[in-house]
Amino acid sequence: MFKKILIANRGEIAVRVIRACHELGITAVAVYSDVDRASLHVSKADEAYLIGPAPATESYLRIDKILDVARCSGAEAIHPGYGFLSESPKFARACAEAGVKFIGPTAESMEAMGSKTRARQAMEKAGIPFVPGTSRGLESADQAERAAEQVGYPVMLKAAAGGGGKGMRLVESRQQLRAALEAAQSEAQRSFGDDEVYIEKAILNPRHIEMQLIADQHGNTLWLGERECTIQRRHQKVLEESPSPIVDPEMRRRMGETAVRVARAANYTNAGTVEFLVDERKNFYFLEMNTRLQVEHPVSELTTGRDLVHLQIRIANGEKLPFGQDDVTIRGHAIECRIYAEDPDNNYFPSPGKITLLLPPAGPGIRHDSGSYEGWTVPIDYDPLLAKLIGYGADRGQAIMRLRRALEEYFAAGIKTNISLFKRILQDGDFVAGKLDTGYLDRLLASGNGTAAAADGNHVIAAVAAALFAILDPRAQNANGNAAHSTSNWKEKGRAEALQ
Amino acid sequence: MIYEVIVAGKTHRLELEKGEAGWNCRLDGNAMAVDAVLTRRDVLSVLAGGRSYEVKREQTATDLHLWVGSERFAVEVRDPRSLRGRRAGAAEELGAKKLVAPMPGRVVRVLVEEKSAVEVGQGVVVVEAMKMQNEIKSPKKGLIQKVLAVPGATVNAGDVLAIVE
Repeated sequence: MFKKILIANRGEIAVRVIRACHELGITAVAVYSDVDRASLHVSKADEAYLIGPAPATESYLRIDKILDVARCSGAEAIHPGYGFLSESPKFARACAEAGVKFIGPTAESMEAMGSKTRARQAMEKAGIPFVPGTSRGLESADQAERAAEQVGYPVMLKAAAGGGGKGMRLVESRQQLRAALEAAQSEAQRSFGDDEVYIEKAILNPRHIEMQLIADQHGNTLWLGERECTIQRRHQKVLEESPSPIVDPEMRRRMGETAVRVARAANYTNAGTVEFLVDERKNFYFLEMNTRLQVEHPVSELTTGRDLVHLQIRIANGEKLPFGQDDVTIRGHAIECRIYAEDPDNNYFPSPGKITLLLPPAGPGIRHDSGSYEGWTVPIDYDPLLAKLIGYGADRGQAIMRLRRALEEYFAAGIKTNISLFKRILQDGDFVAGKLDTGYLDRLLASGNGTAAAADGNHVIAAVAAALFAILDPRAQNANGNAAHSTSNWKEKGRAEALQ
Repeated sequence: MIYEVIVAGKTHRLELEKGEAGWNCRLDGNAMAVDAVLTRRDVLSVLAGGRSYEVKREQTATDLHLWVGSERFAVEVRDPRSLRGRRAGAAEELGAKKLVAPMPGRVVRVLVEEKSAVEVGQGVVVVEAMKMQNEIKSPKKGLIQKVLAVPGATVNAGDVLAIVE
């Protein structure tokens, strides 16, 4: 087994990988940027090295600096987490050349899946169902018109190098096509430095369901159940669950076997995820493969009882998977909420700043994977994901009730978070009934601000508490920004006595 | 001890007196017994009317809020000794208004020039945080008296970006 692993990431995922290292008796090496000195992953690691200024391009994306740290510290392997360099074939190759094991697939597998058009070509060859459309980039507007006629409107234009909804346009009719194509191409060029755009039939009101895979370096590729990731905002996942409310064992087996074929077509190793679009009649189509550990991996860990990061490390170490497909059973139900530092009252705009109070939930069926702590200042430079709150129960109903209970316990002050959004989703009738499609969250948000009916008398408690806070904790400031009271113990004592 | 407490814009008169166990309160004339313990900084355990509340306190650069259950209240406490000089601030509404950064971030662009006229809601400065750009808008119609924001500079929540008069 490796003795030392470098984690080329930050935030909650770096902490999560460090924990796995410690569980396996491996020394964990962290890297950090100037603004992350006080971040949790630095203090949880056994060693930590500064790799540069705040912008990721000068720190967490610097292959040379990260490999320097690997060399100096004697790390034998690198776990990339998700985001940053996790899907960079260049990084995987540089690791191999430096003699450091990259914990993930090979550069070749990443390249096969990295471009959506290349992936579609590979799926065509392997006979995997994918959304009808072109498998190559569009060369002209005329060709786009012909292709759109063929698959039938509405169609979707998508960037080959795309992700996160960039370079994507829904086109409902021929009149809109040319302008949309130009817009998609220029956005793709700006976002990815590559203007290749292809056409797909638009599937209306789809679900987004993905299959977790794990593959060792000895030819064993297994599926570990699906995750329902339909609840999205601006093409970003917000809440995920496993199993999906609409997938039965037979559909799960078919999706799993299809996903395994996708992985085999790319000679895939380590942990990966195949994403499918599912239409209203439960037909599923290959969408893309994510060649890394996913943010939402904990829900699969809870329902399969397998630690995916442990498995990733063991596979990279050359070990065989210690179980077979028949040993994989899905037990219970897990739901994940992505807790972001963002302001629900200001269109979910990021809300960095100092966390002045943090009361994280705990108790039965609750897992809280966090990269933050009370007193920490959330930097302005990175993704606003603070933590992941995962609820587990014997069935979906219990998982929902546990999460609702945990969200009532959960409190953060100083920054804004989207905790209130999850309270709303988990109370919503359509969610509880499992009636979801990718437009679900926009509809929920459009249906009002969802503020709960004010409980009578809470304002009375607030009034009394306001004065009692001022008496019991006089160091605090009042609303004017002046010290409400002097900190003199003499004065305090005098005041307390005067009140008796 | 008498306090003036403003909760969500409404002013209440609160009388507080330390009792045998807990506090004897009179809020706008209504009596109630309250037991309160500070369980940690910014968290107050309140027992009142047969119920238990975990009240949390949140302070920003400009405001004080209390959370009771899932409800958030803007509060302000005045005791008789700190009332002096308070009302003077009200006049400021009519004069110059400061444009402050609502969150820490980096100034990307300044959209107006000094001495230029702005409308209510017109964008004045663009601040970027976590890869998202946010236009800070003018709170009133008037003239830009001064621009303090400098493109590229880092700002903290509450920093003054510009002054509109």
